Amino acid sequence: MWLPSYATPTERFFRTLVVFFSFAVLVFLIAPLFVIVPLSFSADPFFTFPVPKYSLRWYYDFFSNERWITGIINSTITAVLTTILATTLGTMAALGLASPHFPWRRAVMAILISPMIIPIVIVAVGSYLFYGPIGLTNTRLGLVLAHTALATPFVVITVTATLSTYDTNLSRAALSLGAPPLNTFLVVTLPNIITGIISGAIFAFATSFDEVVVALFLTGAEQRTLPVQMFSGIRDQINPTIMAAATILLALSIGLFVALTLLTRKKTD
Amino acid sequence: MNTTMPETAAPVPGDAAIRFEGVRKSYDGSHYVVDDLNLAVARGEFLTMLGPSGSGKTTTLMMLGGFERPTVGRIMLDGKPVERLPPEKRNIGFVFQNYALFPHMTVAQNIAFPLRYRGITGAAAEARVAKALDMVRLGHLGARKPGQLSGGQQQRVALARALVFEPALVLMDEPLGALDKQLRERMQLEIKQLQKSLGITMVYVTHDQSEALTMSDRIAVFHDGRIQQLSDPETLYNKPVNRFVAEFIGENNTVPCTVQRWQGRDVEVTTADGTRFMARGDAARTGGEASLSIRPERLIIVTDTRAKVSNGFPAVVREGSFLGDQLRLTVDALGQTLVARIPARDIRRFDRGEKLTLACDPAHCRLLEG
Repeated sequence: MWLPSYATPTERFFRTLVVFFSFAVLVFLIAPLFVIVPLSFSADPFFTFPVPKYSLRWYYDFFSNERWITGIINSTITAVLTTILATTLGTMAALGLASPHFPWRRAVMAILISPMIIPIVIVAVGSYLFYGPIGLTNTRLGLVLAHTALATPFVVITVTATLSTYDTNLSRAALSLGAPPLNTFLVVTLPNIITGIISGAIFAFATSFDEVVVALFLTGAEQRTLPVQMFSGIRDQINPTIMAAATILLALSIGLFVALTLLTRKKTD
Repeated sequence: MNTTMPETAAPVPGDAAIRFEGVRKSYDGSHYVVDDLNLAVARGEFLTMLGPSGSGKTTTLMMLGGFERPTVGRIMLDGKPVERLPPEKRNIGFVFQNYALFPHMTVAQNIAFPLRYRGITGAAAEARVAKALDMVRLGHLGARKPGQLSGGQQQRVALARALVFEPALVLMDEPLGALDKQLRERMQLEIKQLQKSLGITMVYVTHDQSEALTMSDRIAVFHDGRIQQLSDPETLYNKPVNRFVAEFIGENNTVPCTVQRWQGRDVEVTTADGTRFMARGDAARTGGEASLSIRPERLIIVTDTRAKVSNGFPAVVREGSFLGDQLRLTVDALGQTLVARIPARDIRRFDRGEKLTLACDPAHCRLLEG
């Protein structure tokens, strides 16, 4: 496959192996996600394959249950606030770090990125212990702050990547032509790095919306997010409503991913 | 080690457009990228800062534009200190090496950009933009985006944008570096004409010596953060003050020598192989080590061996290349390799190993320190 006609049998064998392996990786990555979709449309209260009869009863159940609705509202509010905070902070951090004269640039970058590398449980326990004495546990503010710490690295990384292709002489030109620094940023810099900022914002939103571990530690019944609700649903009484919730989350993620792809494609035009 | 430069001090009136006073710039606190810079530029002057990369010329331009601050010293624009004035308040036109056109704006929007921060909007702005576009002969391209233009056209847009708000001072950082040779030569003349007709003070940075010689009223040659020589192009070429300038500007033969005795501005020296030379210069102590600078086109072939010539010496041909208008001869002479450029009308074939007598008028043998 995709080999010139003069390829030797050995080359053909290894190429076939590579193609087979690549497909296997893709299948194992994607397949588990799509098992839940047909289950969510099943009329059966048990997880049976193949699905005997299709229905929307679990979606009906989802949207009529106050706990799920509260969860989706909480998740949305948290994710939106997190996105706003993380995008603003991450963009400002990336702009500052882009300056070659920034002191301890690598160290600061490493600290900013660390929430991506540190195991999430440690972040969760740490936030819980740190937020407890200052009264931020069981508050939406606490959850938003913790999520912002988790989401900011994505923004820092995407904006830094975009800034690496941004010509700083554009800013200098704008200044030399009389534009004050804020106008220079808004009128010249921002339009040229906006794709990086939006990518970062999408990642930040997805990070917060999907996050379960930190949310388990920091939320009370009132701030319970959709993933937390799903998690406790799995523990208490497992039923296909969770599959419906999962499918909704999956649809949202795919939507964000498509948005991201369209955005980056428009940029390369 | 500040060399005195007698013939370089072109008079600059007290109210110079630009004045650097003892400016030094260091990023790390130990190495000075620009070291003890003193320079005055007259109104309407075209000054070129010429030097190899890392010589401090671009840093000097950035300090003038307000993008870098001097570590020590003062910079005066029209007699007012500006070291702490941010770039947006300096009212200086700046043309960048890569043009720095705003890619998300049309050509017309790019050119209108400086106008909106000067309260010029609407019809007045449109008229100014149209005039600027006509000035650089791009009247029909106002609606295009910069990405749709050729390099030369982008260069003209950058020029129009830096001139549209009628600044008294324009700075250019290697603006023609990315263009091909023909276009570069045409733009050199256009920029020079615009500068003269608009009466702008221009500070131009380049590492291209022929560009500097073509365009400038005066040239400041930078090396190691210091100005080596500041003078008009003719003086710079004919009377370089040191070896660096002699070798950086044009082609040069450097011949190490020892100073024997002075007779006014004429000096007798001996080269490494013992040949006696008469030369001219302002520097170097008697008995000291110095060097001669001889331009390749100043070497002549002596055909009549009975005639008495000064500074005649034997040479053996190593290689001759025909360049159309001239012949470039590489010869072994004076214990080293020399290059001579002989006008085409004198040309006959020269064979490898052929013995010649070369000579150089003492007026064109410059004695340099070191």
